[in-house]
Amino acid sequence: MEPVLKVSDLTKVFTGRGHADLTAVDHISFELHSGECLGLIGESGSGKTTVVNMITRLLDASGGSILLDGRDITRVRGKELRMAYRKMQMVFQTPADSFDPRRTLGDGIGESLRNLGLSREETKKEVARLLTECGLTPDFAGRYPHEVSGGQCQRAAIARALSVKPRLLICDEATSSLDVTIQKEIVALLNELRSQRGGELSILFICHDIALVQQFCDRVLVMYRGRIVEQGIPDAIIRDPGDAYTRRLIDSIL
Amino acid sequence: MDELLRYDHVDISYNGVQVVKDLSFVVSPGEILGIVGESGSGKSTLIKAAMGLLGSSGLVTRGDIWYKGKNLPDLSPAELRRLNGPELAMIFQYAGSSFCPIRTVGAQLYESMTEHEAISREQFRACAGSLLEKLGFEDPGRILASYPFELSGGMQQRIGIAAAMLLNPGVLFADEPTSALDVSVQKQVVEEMLLVRRTFGTAIVLVTHNIGVIGAMADKVLVMRNGETVEYGETGQVLNRPREAYTRLLMSAVPRLRR
Amino acid sequence: MSEVTVRKQKIKKDTVRIRLILFGSLALLLLLCSIFSDYLTPYDPYLQDLGNAKAPPSAAHLFGTDRYGRDMLSRVIVGSRTSIYSTLLLVGIVTALGTAVGVFCGWHGKWIDTVLMRISDMFLAFPGLVFAMAVAGVLGGGLQNAIIALAAISWPKYARIARSQTLAQKETPWLKAALLSGSGTWKILFKHVLPNIIGPILVTSMLDIGTMMMELAGLSFLGLGAKPPTAEWGSMMSDTRSLLTTRPWVTLAPGFAIFVSVMIFNLLGDTIRDYADPKSRRR
Repeated sequence: MEPVLKVSDLTKVFTGRGHADLTAVDHISFELHSGECLGLIGESGSGKTTVVNMITRLLDASGGSILLDGRDITRVRGKELRMAYRKMQMVFQTPADSFDPRRTLGDGIGESLRNLGLSREETKKEVARLLTECGLTPDFAGRYPHEVSGGQCQRAAIARALSVKPRLLICDEATSSLDVTIQKEIVALLNELRSQRGGELSILFICHDIALVQQFCDRVLVMYRGRIVEQGIPDAIIRDPGDAYTRRLIDSIL
Repeated sequence: MDELLRYDHVDISYNGVQVVKDLSFVVSPGEILGIVGESGSGKSTLIKAAMGLLGSSGLVTRGDIWYKGKNLPDLSPAELRRLNGPELAMIFQYAGSSFCPIRTVGAQLYESMTEHEAISREQFRACAGSLLEKLGFEDPGRILASYPFELSGGMQQRIGIAAAMLLNPGVLFADEPTSALDVSVQKQVVEEMLLVRRTFGTAIVLVTHNIGVIGAMADKVLVMRNGETVEYGETGQVLNRPREAYTRLLMSAVPRLRR
Repeated sequence: MSEVTVRKQKIKKDTVRIRLILFGSLALLLLLCSIFSDYLTPYDPYLQDLGNAKAPPSAAHLFGTDRYGRDMLSRVIVGSRTSIYSTLLLVGIVTALGTAVGVFCGWHGKWIDTVLMRISDMFLAFPGLVFAMAVAGVLGGGLQNAIIALAAISWPKYARIARSQTLAQKETPWLKAALLSGSGTWKILFKHVLPNIIGPILVTSMLDIGTMMMELAGLSFLGLGAKPPTAEWGSMMSDTRSLLTTRPWVTLAPGFAIFVSVMIFNLLGDTIRDYADPKSRRR
């Protein structure tokens, strides 16, 4: 079966002005299968955010290719890129900043729906449904980001990401800035949404907490200095890390 | 048991809004107290109160913070400044940004030291060098001659701890000292703080949301929620056999590595 | 065991709202005054009465009369229309132009950004008022040309603010989210970027009203702005400066008017800045 996301030899070189070029991502390749939850861990500066930015096309790749659902999106622009965004959505690290502070949560969640051509009425109904699905009440549509807690905002962000019924959901440290009790709730929500969709939703879960990745992900990639140094089943890697960096990472857990 | 620092029924308010309610605890010399709580629990406010960092809108509205017979909230800013450094020291979440970016680490440490002691540059270099050596830094001379941006985040944090130890304070307040660091670096900083306690017998008040760090360091734990004490006791008891429902909830939410 | 100490906390009141209402209504008053100036004047501001020239302030003529016997109070009131109107027009033009250029540069980036920003640097490299004088000199005097001259030297400041704000917006997660929602460039610019950057720009323009009013008055004072007999505060001061030592009220009356209006707009600008700061708006 075709993987949802196939990344081959993806590379990003930041050309320096007056200093040496920096290879932030160095020929990485991986596949994400339908219904799978793939963890991506690495410390700051390992290049994981750059990988995400290239996949979501917020940053142009220097080399390699990205196939989303069989279509090459490495260089697409404009309308084609907007089509790709119907299959791929993202949840960001800082919930409070992921909604426009001057617009309501409902506006934010409904933006893609409106762009899909839904009427105002249909959008309102669908936003209410999405909010309920993500554990909030429909009246959250009328609230502003600063009026809700971090956890509630993150739920709304998940609702927004799910509005276009994407095949791939990218969570970029989506739980890292939340308190542990809230983090647990959000992970539970993601798990529930995934099981409801029975293999229709794949998740790329970027995280620096290996314990959380172990709980949540089917498979994990370990990134270090722009390369994938190890990949496999979390339990197996934690029990028997094959790479020196992974071993050091696991030994550092308090 | 002798006591070094005592919070006695402390209430703290910002502009009339109470953020800490009726909080009491005692820290003995050389003890490490971990204060845990989620965001907004008032845990950072607690140590800001002792350091006089509440700002113009914050005040200890009720209660006392006793340190060696002095009631910290009632001291004048000048008296408090005299204590900050030789008696009470603090390290921040981003120690790197508490250094001035355009001067070397050594120059800044020298300056903070001469605020409290008349000391020559040679004496300083010897004293700072031996301190850094005791704390396990390789090549102290190079570190002192470096600018903050030349050091990694973890190194900056360790230097922050060393800087706080220059005047050998009785209490070290640490506000989320490891939260901005990668796990592999986190452990180094934890070990650094444990070494400080072993070497100098410094008491540490550690504020963090990271239960792992608490478990690795603290002798006693205070769990806070909405400005109030939920549970206060020995680390082993609080983390492994919590009495309160909230502590249990907190502990169960922490992702733990299954090895 | 000692008694627990209790300390009383002084609670700071939030004065932003009160200041906003106060200075806002003062500015509104000034505006109304300039709009209805024709009906507020006690005398015809252009009516000469040489028999009563250079009269000191009295009950009949509160600000005295000028060298042609025209009532100074009436002239100051009528002058408010020219001064305040042209200032607001100028600030409006500059804000709109500068913001448009800045947002465009910040969003588009690449070579267009470089070219437009170097052009704005060129404008910034000239000493402002001297350049405006040169422009006004080339174009010839008159209020309209003075406005064009001042607009030419003032837009780069707004372009820079708008550009840096746009660049900052581009990095925010909510803007990335908007891109991922499939919204087009124009939709994003008007729905997300502009509403979020307009605050600091408006504050700058409010603070600039005072400066612009002074610069317009300055150009008029130098004879490059409003032409006599049009009542305009700057040119009124210029016309009468020879009387400053003997009949000071003739010069001081328009000067005082400039001072008061610049003050009101500056204070309003300050207040709006405080109000726009989200920290001061927290409920």
